Amino acid sequence: MSSKSIKDLTKLPVRLTSGHRLCAGCAEGIIARQVLMATEKPVVVASATGCFEVSTSVYPFSSWNVPWIHTAFPNAASTCAGVEAAYQGLKRKGKIKDDIKFVAFGGDGGTYDIGFQALSGAAERGQNLMYVCFNNEAYMNTGIQRSGATGFGASTTTSPIGKAQNGKKEYPKDLTMIMAAHDIPYVANVSPHNWKDLISKCEKGFECGGPAFINAISPCPRGWRLSSKETISMAKLSVETCVWPLYEVENGVYTLTAESKRIADGTTQKKPITEWFKAQGRYKHMLKPENAELVTQVQEEVDRKWDKLIKLSKL
Amino acid sequence: MKDLAINGDNAVALAWKQIDPDVCAAYPITPQTIIVEKFSEYVANGDVGTEFVCVESEHSALTVCTSSCSAGARTFTATSSQGLAYMWEMLPIASAMRTPIVMAVANRAVSGPININNDHGDVMSARDTGWIQIFAENVQEAYDNAIMAPRIAEHPDVQLPIMTNLDGFIITHAVERMTPLDDTIVKDFVGEFKPFKPLLDYKNPISHGLMDGPNFYYEHKYQMVQAMEKAFKVIEDVFTEFAKISGRKYKVVESYMCDDADYVAVVLGSSYGTMKEAVDTLRDKGKKVGVCMPRIMRPWPSKYLTKILGGKKGVAVMDKHLSVGAYGPLYPEVVATMSQHDEMPKITNYIYGLGGKDVKVSEFMNVFEDMEKEKSKTINYLGVKE
Repeated sequence: MSSKSIKDLTKLPVRLTSGHRLCAGCAEGIIARQVLMATEKPVVVASATGCFEVSTSVYPFSSWNVPWIHTAFPNAASTCAGVEAAYQGLKRKGKIKDDIKFVAFGGDGGTYDIGFQALSGAAERGQNLMYVCFNNEAYMNTGIQRSGATGFGASTTTSPIGKAQNGKKEYPKDLTMIMAAHDIPYVANVSPHNWKDLISKCEKGFECGGPAFINAISPCPRGWRLSSKETISMAKLSVETCVWPLYEVENGVYTLTAESKRIADGTTQKKPITEWFKAQGRYKHMLKPENAELVTQVQEEVDRKWDKLIKLSKL
Repeated sequence: MKDLAINGDNAVALAWKQIDPDVCAAYPITPQTIIVEKFSEYVANGDVGTEFVCVESEHSALTVCTSSCSAGARTFTATSSQGLAYMWEMLPIASAMRTPIVMAVANRAVSGPININNDHGDVMSARDTGWIQIFAENVQEAYDNAIMAPRIAEHPDVQLPIMTNLDGFIITHAVERMTPLDDTIVKDFVGEFKPFKPLLDYKNPISHGLMDGPNFYYEHKYQMVQAMEKAFKVIEDVFTEFAKISGRKYKVVESYMCDDADYVAVVLGSSYGTMKEAVDTLRDKGKKVGVCMPRIMRPWPSKYLTKILGGKKGVAVMDKHLSVGAYGPLYPEVVATMSQHDEMPKITNYIYGLGGKDVKVSEFMNVFEDMEKEKSKTINYLGVKE
């Protein structure tokens, strides 16, 4: 666990300033600030094109008090990798001496889908950087289109509800597991409601000596049809329903953390998927009587994955 | 150093070894692969201190180069054909971010149909992306261009990436006699990279790659136009300085027997040598013919070409690529250039050598005969089987 108290965190330098243009209630700024509190070393940030990039960098303004770079959409990982490569090359030639950390931020579209190749490549090459995915479960910057991270049944503008379809017809790919399968030193799921868990994991990610992948659930009031005050409670609910289990994979060892650990222990009860559905406008159709069978299917899928994770954590 | 028998790819790799860039990120593709293979050997043997990034795609190759260069590292890469096409998204980003990347392009036809042989389909499809483009006639020039390229790209008045083009197989794989420079001479000539506001200067944090609205996008493009204009002087200065260390003096537009010629061909790359052979043969027969080669394709050397082509009876623009349904890429540019001249020659377009189609000296001689007999059409497809 992070040794930092919330009082300590308030004293850290502000790396992403207020005044950015993210929506009220957007989780991305909250997550990014927590991530950047996890190291006090110099840090360079790379961003994929998306909400987070356009909201923090409209020329001639920038919200960044640390070096920041954006090049395109599918390549936050290789953009960050290039800076890290420059660091390695210049360090070898004695032109840089300081210890500098590198972090890339991408949305789920830029990470699960179009940016996956660059991420997988950087991980395989062992580049010393931490990749953080803001998983808001759809392409929000272009107007809420379904991605490889969108949940089953979610209504998006490219998986709408219609007479022949109840939102998205597929389950999301499990990117955290896929990144763990790269056998990189550190992989974790995080949620912004539990800042202590998030910062502790990012501290490990920054110091793991190789590639780290952090997948952050990032509620989007606009896309999930929430009130902007519900961001943090919705992030918490994702963990409580086991839709978004909190765990880490450190050098191949799976460990459940925080609320997820307590659910696995039996200290607290897992909440049913219906809680998740009824809290969000994108899922409201799922609770209609005619969709009861779909709800059962999703619950079974959440349970199957949760049981698998518990088994992995006991190995 | 003693003369070497060496192919173009190995000559480029040798130049890179002597320069010892900070970062090289590349992906294999025929006929460029020998460059990165040879350079990998230099890395493996500790001959260079370069951080060599074996990326998983060309998109990542040019991404790594763009951010590495932004970070403050002298950065090189190489590609060809489909690889350049796969990089395309990053080409105008690299130039707009004003990263002086050096990229060797082994010119090869673009699929489809898939074809690994030489033409200029790859580089011409990238001509609007804000990169400086320099061409070579032979192995020696491919080597010399590789050494001059960082000096041009990194100059504070320029700060644009540069493609050093060498014709696939004809230059990349053919072994020729080449005179290399001593390592120390190359090192002194190229000098230290002095990056502008590098990302890794974390004590002075700066944001790279911000979003431009309509109030700034056009203005930033215009700054690149100005940099391209300033590049001519930088290029000429670098050519002059390079002549002092090598004895080889290059020009923005090379020309051969053009002064008193009535008919002139314009070619790029290795065909310049073939065309000179055709010119020699015709000169022996008393024909007043000549050939020129724009060594630099971007920035487009209008004023240099005007001096050579003004007042000629006929000009044949030789294109190793074509915009299907229009012309070859060089042709409209030569026409536009000469339209400003009082004595505009009759200008025709010859498409040739696509997908590695062999071109004979006799076919090039026929181009001049066509012009003389006024048989040239506006666009002519040299050597095609109909």
